Amino acid sequence: MASKLHPRQLLTIICEADLERQLVSEFHRLGIGGHTITDARGQGKHGDRDGLWPASANIRIEVLCESAVLDALLTLLEQHYFKSYGLVVFVSEVSVLRGDRF
Amino acid sequence: MPFEPVILFFLLGLLAGVVRSDLKIPGVLYESLSIFLLLAIGLKGGIELSRYPLASLAGQGLVVLAAAALIPLIAFAALHRLGRLPRPDAASIAAHYGSVSVVTFAVAASFLSRLDVDYEGYLVVFLVLLEFPALVLGVILARRADGQTRWGPMLHEVLSGKSIVLLVGGLLIGWLAGPEGIKPLDRLFIDLFKGVLAFFLLEMGLVVASRLGDLRKAGAFLIGFGIAMPLVGATLGLLVGNLLNLSIGGSVLLAVLFASASYIAAPAAMRIAIPEANPALSIGAALGITFPFNLLIGIPIYHHMAVRLAGDF
Repeated sequence: MASKLHPRQLLTIICEADLERQLVSEFHRLGIGGHTITDARGQGKHGDRDGLWPASANIRIEVLCESAVLDALLTLLEQHYFKSYGLVVFVSEVSVLRGDRF
Repeated sequence: MPFEPVILFFLLGLLAGVVRSDLKIPGVLYESLSIFLLLAIGLKGGIELSRYPLASLAGQGLVVLAAAALIPLIAFAALHRLGRLPRPDAASIAAHYGSVSVVTFAVAASFLSRLDVDYEGYLVVFLVLLEFPALVLGVILARRADGQTRWGPMLHEVLSGKSIVLLVGGLLIGWLAGPEGIKPLDRLFIDLFKGVLAFFLLEMGLVVASRLGDLRKAGAFLIGFGIAMPLVGATLGLLVGNLLNLSIGGSVLLAVLFASASYIAAPAAMRIAIPEANPALSIGAALGITFPFNLLIGIPIYHHMAVRLAGDF
């Protein structure tokens, strides 16, 4: 079974829901073929993100990709988003089946 | 002072939020209710619009647009020069105040109906017209000439945003269908309107309660601004209403448009266009101060002012 697994990076971004359209178009520009977005709630440096209305809503974006694409994406986030927006970004090492898809 | 009962739902939501009740209205319902309200307001405006010759409104529209452009300029000067707020924050807040609050408009219309005061139904057209120019002006004020503005995403955010799509869409549908064509939909869009508005205000009470913490960040100057600015805007609106020979009710609605601050279209657009502006300040002032002020105190005051201005005691 292990031979069918391929190492990939899982990038998770938790951010303001207002950023969704912008981030998705960045993904397309970088050639990232897919992502998953879910609604998220919680608390942090930016206070209570309770999702009561759009301005206090968060989303959680997950992207599976290879290291080279990941680096480009992280650089972009660092340069254009970290300063002014509330983002939590972390990367996990994961193994995927059907590696040609990610 | 006459009181509009739907406001009690807002106060109930506010109270529930303040006492940390477990009452929570899901974000999806907020979305659904706001879609309904925007569409219904657009439709009602479109039906009224079909009764007036469009050409006669063009001149009025230009006057209203020109006068309304003063609001973000006054707000920016007050915030940046008097209040010493950084340029991006002052510009973002000015854009919120230059744009309009659809729900404040709906509550004012309902207040007037309750008093049997007539108004020009086509004023919804001005509601649509005033929604976005101030947002563009806000971005220009924030950037002046540094050329960093990402105009494309910002304009896309505003013009394809649900506020404009639903208001303009509703307006067109109402205008094309006319009063007779819309009749089969009356039960949903006209009869249920006030109930949905009450529900939305309950939700807004909860949201405002959750933003009260922002007011601490805003400080005394911004709190004062949140009360003074709508009074300045309303006065300008009443004068323009008088100049355009609007009825008392029409002048009140124009005053409300000039006095209100946007919290649906503006926060999302400003977040994208002026990222360095702190949203807690603009939303704290627009939603924490000006929205409740207009609802509870402002609308009756503007009505009183309009009556006095018309010399009809």
